[in-house]
Amino acid sequence: MNRLILRTLLSHWRSRPFQIVTLLLGLTVATALWSGVQAINAEARASYAQAAATLGTDRFDSLQPRGAETFDQEAYIALRRAGWDVSPVVEGSLRLGGERYRVLGIDPVTAPASLPARPDLQGADLTDFLGPTGLILISASTTLPPDVDLPPVRVVEGIAPGTLVMDIGLAQTLLTMPGQLSRLILLPGVQGAPPIAEASGVVFDRIAPRGDGGGIAALTDSFHLNLTAFGFLAFAVGLFIVYSSIGLAFEQRKPMLRTLRALGVPLRRLMLVMVAELTALALLAGIAGVALGYLIAASLLPDVAATLEGLYGAQVSGSLSLRPAWWATGLLIAMGGAALAAGDTLWRTARMPLLSAAMPEAWHGAQARAQFWQGIAALGCFALALVLCFTASSLTAGFALMGALLIGAALALPVVLATILRIGAARARGPLSQWGWADARQQMSRLSLALMALLLALSANIGVGTMVMSFRDTFTGWLDQRLVAEVYVTASDAEQGRAIHAWATDRVDAVLPIWSAEARLGAVPISIYGVAQHPTYSEHWPLIEALPGAWQSVASGEGALINEQMAARRDLSPGDALILPTPDGTDWPLTITAIYSDYGNPVDQVMVDVGLLATRYPDIERLRFALRTADAPQVIEEARARFGLSSEQVVDQAAIKALSLAIFERTFTVTGALNILTLAVAALALLTAMLTLQLMRLPSLAPLWAMGLTRAALARAELVKVLALALLTAILSIPIGLGVAWVLTNVINVMAFGWRLPMNLYPMDWLRLIGLALLTATVAAGLPVLRLARTAPRTLLGVFASER
Amino acid sequence: MRVLVFLLLLPTLAFAQGFAGLGTATQEGFATPERGATLTFPTDHAAHPDYRIEWWYLTANMTGPDGATYGAQWTLFRSALAPGEGEGWASPQIWMGHAALTTADRHFVAETFARGGIGQAGVTAQPFAAWIDDWQIAGPDLTEVTVRARGDGFAYTLDLATSAPFVAQGDGGYSVKSGAGQASYYYSQPFYDLTGMIEIGGVPTPVTGQAWLDREWSSQPLAETQDGWDWFSIHFESGEKLMAFRLRDNSGAPFHSGTWIDADGTPHPLDGDTLSFTELERAQTSGPQVPIAWRVQIAQRGLDITTRPLNPDAWMDTLFPYWEGPIHVEGSHDGIGYLEMTGYE
Repeated sequence: MNRLILRTLLSHWRSRPFQIVTLLLGLTVATALWSGVQAINAEARASYAQAAATLGTDRFDSLQPRGAETFDQEAYIALRRAGWDVSPVVEGSLRLGGERYRVLGIDPVTAPASLPARPDLQGADLTDFLGPTGLILISASTTLPPDVDLPPVRVVEGIAPGTLVMDIGLAQTLLTMPGQLSRLILLPGVQGAPPIAEASGVVFDRIAPRGDGGGIAALTDSFHLNLTAFGFLAFAVGLFIVYSSIGLAFEQRKPMLRTLRALGVPLRRLMLVMVAELTALALLAGIAGVALGYLIAASLLPDVAATLEGLYGAQVSGSLSLRPAWWATGLLIAMGGAALAAGDTLWRTARMPLLSAAMPEAWHGAQARAQFWQGIAALGCFALALVLCFTASSLTAGFALMGALLIGAALALPVVLATILRIGAARARGPLSQWGWADARQQMSRLSLALMALLLALSANIGVGTMVMSFRDTFTGWLDQRLVAEVYVTASDAEQGRAIHAWATDRVDAVLPIWSAEARLGAVPISIYGVAQHPTYSEHWPLIEALPGAWQSVASGEGALINEQMAARRDLSPGDALILPTPDGTDWPLTITAIYSDYGNPVDQVMVDVGLLATRYPDIERLRFALRTADAPQVIEEARARFGLSSEQVVDQAAIKALSLAIFERTFTVTGALNILTLAVAALALLTAMLTLQLMRLPSLAPLWAMGLTRAALARAELVKVLALALLTAILSIPIGLGVAWVLTNVINVMAFGWRLPMNLYPMDWLRLIGLALLTATVAAGLPVLRLARTAPRTLLGVFASER
Repeated sequence: MRVLVFLLLLPTLAFAQGFAGLGTATQEGFATPERGATLTFPTDHAAHPDYRIEWWYLTANMTGPDGATYGAQWTLFRSALAPGEGEGWASPQIWMGHAALTTADRHFVAETFARGGIGQAGVTAQPFAAWIDDWQIAGPDLTEVTVRARGDGFAYTLDLATSAPFVAQGDGGYSVKSGAGQASYYYSQPFYDLTGMIEIGGVPTPVTGQAWLDREWSSQPLAETQDGWDWFSIHFESGEKLMAFRLRDNSGAPFHSGTWIDADGTPHPLDGDTLSFTELERAQTSGPQVPIAWRVQIAQRGLDITTRPLNPDAWMDTLFPYWEGPIHVEGSHDGIGYLEMTGYE
């Protein structure tokens, strides 16, 4: 009997293939966007974890020299001889044929056995690895330029992409750092050895392992949360399509269900078969959605990888691997989505009175009741948003605030639209106009879901667009302030750095060293930058908050400037004391005298006097200089000719700005792509709603036709109604979008990156978006309206013959 | 004699080119031991980087104040990927250290590795020092040294001294290892008097006893068919010493060899035919089953003894595992010593 019931139920889809197509399409698209975003996140996180595993920083403590990039390997020997179980590591980057590779030099005999890159002590690899020519280990996804002079390369599993693993001696040679090490892996279980600083004569920072991919994972968290939020938004919008198709199918199958029940099919069995039908559909759509999601992720991943590398220096594999867990979650999400969208329908089926007649007029009361509850829910969402607005203290809470705002707005939309239509109807003159307003209100009940989807997509669009453009404007203005020097030079080594310094001192108006040290404050890494005393800084550097005489205090060695994100994360303000660590282990007490904006930088930063930095951190690299000159092209040419510097080592201001802006633009490529996809999904929702509506509305339109309105006039009236509703929705989406933008710039950005952005308004973009919404509505309504205009008179006549 | 340890290790270690390559062929460029060469001290106490493998192998039998007996092992192995020494990380030398401390019911093992050329491990002759990490045997010269090592749950510091001469094994230090003629340079110092301190789980115990140092280096030491050995070093109560081993051969009769050492240090190489090794009992260790009780007979010396271990589970769970532990000896002669067994699976 189950089979019979199923056949009967399925016969509905056979006669309305379009409906099942929209249902499947909606669920597929929703699943695809969601799982696509998840795939990107999973790939990126896997890359971080693999990088950390390759480096051993996921399981082992690391010892990093304080305030220096490298240290003498004698310190390593001293630690081993003192009984510390440490293994040396040399790290650096190498440019081969225009590509940058990470070099990781290890000592396989002391490296922990679980280090993925370590050649097996029992394998033949070791002989080659340590042999005179050496061996380079890479992952299968890493390709090397063909014409470089390197030792033999072998592909092994478990190495992060873009990383070359080799023996430590070979790494020292390739990176020209003889006798120098970058860090030590510290293995657990050492007892009774003398303190590390005492044994080695070097001050090390001990860095605890991070299982999740380490600092990079923490830095990029906000980026991934952003993507997730977008994926979720697209998923929610997609579910509107599913909800409306399932709801429609239920309405249309009502007589069939009643007949089945009347024939004696038990409710339980009917429900079971319906659930089975839904599960099968969800499974089908889920598989297609996951496959489509894979394609989306694969096409977006290169941009994401570029963004992550540009922003955070995180290496992410540009190619996507298939993960079973991801397939499974994709299918589950599809099922969950289908259940969510169909829950209401199943509930109504379960409660349907056996002999309920068609109640064409009942919709009005039902709609009013539904709107009342929707209004209450919307108010609840807004209230939650308001509370979160003042209390949100985490990124998740920030997204919850945005969610509450968007859902509240979507729920409120039908209420607001209905009110507007009621007012319109009250003022309407003439029968046709009155009918139009009233009919629009009736249509609302079916269209409202699609309109809600449109509202969500448009609001998100305005919100994100406003945030990105505000950010871009602020960023470019800030770059102009910050990049004042005309020429930026990077020396190849310390000796050349000294030579360049000497030459430039005579040649240009001012030489401003850009020297920095990496250190740790608490457990968190910070950069300490040294700045020279020069109007370049004191007159241009963009300060947000400052004590009087901030720059003088830096020059006198008492003051320090910190960036906005450091101030936000550590709750610091001008006047607070700041104690910096130093390589010799002594404290370096300073007073914070100003806070400066530092967009695009994920790391906490401190600025101090350069002379003092060089004294406290004697081992910093003295390679970078900013030059002030009125004669930039000539200076660049001379520097290149004199020191044999590459075009990357001598750059002018314009090139640096262009590079910074390019990184900025790439950062938001993915956001833009998801934004457009979401809008496309909303258009699809509107289209499906319109198409199904058209079928249902023939009975309401047929009498008008019979009274003498032409089909063309009816079609025009339909189009105008849909456009009017879309226009209203678009206009309503502007304040909502601005609310979203405010949340993004003032809550989420602050939580995610630590910087607050001024929010600018871009009315021209709103107009463009309203145009886009109308276009969307025209496209969505076009086909149904065209079909209406071409409906055969026989069909319209048939309405009067058929039973409702 | 400990040559064999490393030999079995080597094929798996892959420091060499595989087991087959080790058999009879001399490795490209490595020096080989030659009969008739004379050992020179203290020079020969230091490393011989032109030979492929070499070790400084110390075992000690010790007694605590309550009469409890202990065993200690301290070993430094050197293995060369290529002959000679190189600068820094380019050195082809690799070092491996094993340390163990054995009681009647516990057996502590530690293992460590180092690259040559950078100072993490090495050996100097005068003043003598052999070290890897914080383990070392060091003193003004090899007749008066302090031995240190520590590992998970144990540590020891042992002072060794002797006035006895070093004892050349085999033919004046040329020790043959197979019927086909594989050989190594091999000398010993079996006459150390020991005082020191052992530490188990942080609890120190003073000890006294005897220690035995073996020095051996070679480049081509084992026949292809030899797959393990049983090696004894014994201090008799008379003050005499015995070194005896059996190399098991999967293609035929085992190869026997040994040296009888008078109390004054005079060595008497033993004819292999006069040595007899009989397994008396096997026991399960934390590794495989191994023979733990032996009957050793040397007709020409009137020797007929039974050896039993202090701790049957002296299994060395190292990268290349083997059995090594203190034994006590009864029969025609009484004494104490060390037994090493490899190649059991």
